[in-house]
Amino acid sequence: MKSKLNRFAIPYVVWMALFVVTPILLMVIYAFSSVDGGFTLDNFTSMGEYLPVFTRSFKLAIIATLICLLMGYPMAYFMAKEGPRFQRVAMALIMLPMWMNFLLRTYAWMSILENNGLINQLLGALGILDALGTDHVQLIRTQAAVVLGMVYNYLPFMILPIYSVIVKLDHSLLEAARDLGANSLNVFRKVIFPLSIPAIISGVTMVFVPSVSTFAISRLLGGGEELMLGDLIEQQFLGGAYDPYLGAAISMVMMVIVVVCMVLMNHFGEGEEQAVML
Amino acid sequence: MSKELIRLSDCVVKFDDEIILDHLNLYINDKEFLTLLGPSGCGKTTTLRIIGGFLSPTSGDVFFDGQRCNDVPPHKRQVNTVFQKYALFPHLNVFENVAFGLRIAKRPEGEIHDRVMEMLEVVNLKGFEKRPISALSGGQQQRVAIARALVNRPKVLLLDEPLGALDMRLRKDMQNELKRIQQEMEITFIYVTHDQEEALAMSDTVVVMDGGRIQQIGSPEDIYNEPKNAFVADFIGESNIIDGIMRSDGVVEIFNRCFKCLDGGFDKDEPLDVVIRPEDVDIVPESEGQLKGTVTQVTFKGVHYDTIVDFYGFKWLIQTTDFCPVDSHIGIKIDPDGIHVMKKSAYSGMFGDYSSYSEEYEEIGDASIDPEEEGSGDEE
Repeated sequence: MKSKLNRFAIPYVVWMALFVVTPILLMVIYAFSSVDGGFTLDNFTSMGEYLPVFTRSFKLAIIATLICLLMGYPMAYFMAKEGPRFQRVAMALIMLPMWMNFLLRTYAWMSILENNGLINQLLGALGILDALGTDHVQLIRTQAAVVLGMVYNYLPFMILPIYSVIVKLDHSLLEAARDLGANSLNVFRKVIFPLSIPAIISGVTMVFVPSVSTFAISRLLGGGEELMLGDLIEQQFLGGAYDPYLGAAISMVMMVIVVVCMVLMNHFGEGEEQAVML
Repeated sequence: MSKELIRLSDCVVKFDDEIILDHLNLYINDKEFLTLLGPSGCGKTTTLRIIGGFLSPTSGDVFFDGQRCNDVPPHKRQVNTVFQKYALFPHLNVFENVAFGLRIAKRPEGEIHDRVMEMLEVVNLKGFEKRPISALSGGQQQRVAIARALVNRPKVLLLDEPLGALDMRLRKDMQNELKRIQQEMEITFIYVTHDQEEALAMSDTVVVMDGGRIQQIGSPEDIYNEPKNAFVADFIGESNIIDGIMRSDGVVEIFNRCFKCLDGGFDKDEPLDVVIRPEDVDIVPESEGQLKGTVTQVTFKGVHYDTIVDFYGFKWLIQTTDFCPVDSHIGIKIDPDGIHVMKKSAYSGMFGDYSSYSEEYEEIGDASIDPEEEGSGDEE
């Protein structure tokens, strides 16, 4: 039985080795290499000048994750409490944007937020711009626009795990809590919320990790002015600042920070089953 | 038995025009062990949910200690429930599960500790307080559920088929345990079960239900010895139910023969259902018998033989310690106190003939009946 399982696992192992383990090893090797191929720590010591990019990336990702959590949890909760028909429709609406390409969705936001975009045109038509004495309100190329893009793109990843846990909660547990004297608030505080912590952890992980490493959102909505880690790394490989060794080093540092964050998160929800790590 | 504690007055429950409870009237005394007994879908769990506050009757009133409490939510009732599948909180350990109600009530920490430990001792779970729920056996989880409910010192404990998931031996032990706890704590237990043996063994009062109506209320002895109709007679224990005619007080005619009985007060020549319990029949030589029949099947049951005897095409179950081989011709005698006479009811003719399998057995083989459906009929 065991050998049979192993045989079926071979493609997976090969896949993981080729496309996960090898790239990570390459990244580590590059991070500690200089242009001439020798060992060096310069890539890390020279990283200090990018500290603002690190802090900005983590700050925006954390803000976006918090907004997703604050919006997504109530949405998931009330969705799970509704009837099955409402749930199906709501689910379809949440998934609908995800059937479109990620870049297209973000481009759409550009045309909404641009200086002569939809919102500014609307404000102009309403005479609000004149009243403010400007010809446009700066929406795009702001940190807020980047956060908006993150929330818009990654909110479903917060809603879905929380929804699926709450909808599957054993109804008799809620009745038991009420039976033992808990009012609605206490039922939520003492039973529903603790039991949904694993889902929150996986939702946070699934929003935070792509947010902190995004480069498309920050490029398109941040206009290159709100440089984030993703952009920085991309520049080292594809952009003018070509330096794959530095890029690998930044990637590695970012990965370590993210892993540390996730381990801490999981530790926070310890004792809960099925805590999902990405 | 002391004063009345709970009264259900003319309660009707309907879900989408389906009548679950049909004008139910029931009162429950303080410190009583009352069992709601009936097949699945009879309305017993619905009755329990009304008392627990999880369901409001479509019409009718519920009184608790003289106060109308139809709209009092569950968390404001002095009632606690032991749920069918225990419904223990998986994120809390044994101690915290039991302490749940006390923490909600914001009792001081020391009191919580003392009361939880005391209750864990009552249910024999001392030393288990740190265990996670998932590390407990079914019987242990059962005890935690009981402790969690009782620690709040409710006036009434509701138990919804609490022993259903346990195996036979453990179930018997828990029956004794529950009875002991009930007597020790001196509170009212309202117990829902479909197991008649459980009901007879534990209860002060048994309420037999079917089709959303109460069929009979009485002590276990009353219910067993004096069933009111064919349904009760069949559901509680084994019964031969035969058509009879009351010829006069104390004389009932079965199969054109007159038998002495103890019942009276019926109209002359009134058609009746006659119940004869399998253990009340004596087997005698054919020549001495009041009735003569042929043995068609014998099953050894340990204490006795289940002997199926054919009397004029009607098959009786007789429990006897005498072995009678298949195809032997035997006679039977029935003492007057072994014959119980009941008025005809809607259930007449549906039960009490041992020539076929039970209804439940036939349902198992019937693909058109969904077993889930019946159970969920009790749910909200």
